[in-house]
Amino acid sequence: MLLARRIPMTFDVFHTDIDRMFDRVMQGFGLPRGEHPFPALNLWQDGEQLMIEAELPGLKLEDIEIGIEGEELTLKGRREVVSAEGANVLRQERFTGEFVRKLTLPIPVNAEKATATLRDGILTITLPKADHARVRRIPVQTRG
Amino acid sequence: MKGNCNDSTCCETTATARPVEAPRTFRPNVDVVEYADKFVLTADLPGATHESIELNFEGGVLALKASVTPRTPGNTNQVYREYAVGDYQRQFRLGDDVNPEAIGAEFANGVLTLTVPKREAAQARRIEVQAR
Repeated sequence: MLLARRIPMTFDVFHTDIDRMFDRVMQGFGLPRGEHPFPALNLWQDGEQLMIEAELPGLKLEDIEIGIEGEELTLKGRREVVSAEGANVLRQERFTGEFVRKLTLPIPVNAEKATATLRDGILTITLPKADHARVRRIPVQTRG
Repeated sequence: MKGNCNDSTCCETTATARPVEAPRTFRPNVDVVEYADKFVLTADLPGATHESIELNFEGGVLALKASVTPRTPGNTNQVYREYAVGDYQRQFRLGDDVNPEAIGAEFANGVLTLTVPKREAAQARRIEVQAR
């Protein structure tokens, strides 16, 4: 009964509900399940800068290559699996191998002043907007 | 997904008027590898911290929970979104041949590694064949 011994370990109590919820979330972005790219990205902006966040658990900053060319951002890296001889992989859901993600930035940035941090598997890239792309507040004078 | 907008007044209005999203719970991606003497579960929990992870073992079920604080930076406007942030939750039913007392857990760089040792009796043994 070799097969039966392998199954109990990987039985997921929550599987279906959360999967349905996940499918619903992903449908909103037009990305069918199983086809979403790694790493997933989020972008924010304020008047001064653009902030890009990526989920990269298990990586260190030195494992990630961040490039900005014109208005294209490239994220490159590799995530290794630790595997030992004689081990039996029962379930593999985590992304492994090489990844490249390219993203066209919505606004021109000052690439030389870019900064990046990686904490608890979250990469945050801060890109100051190019001078001409910044928001300027124009004071409106009232005449009495 | 919100539209791209370069007007400061518009962005500020959007930020203050943004509806509070209901908290969501996600199922983390997990690898399970079996060795001769143990199982190793590796879970991606980006954004979690070691203090936020809760592990419970009851009735043969190992429950993993991790709370994640939303991280929308300051007064900003989201211009593109591929993922939502929320807590993680997942449960595993462990077989009778593991030793729950000796489960080890380590968290580094957003990855949780659980080592679940097998009971002595459940470990495969190589039987030496003697030559006469």
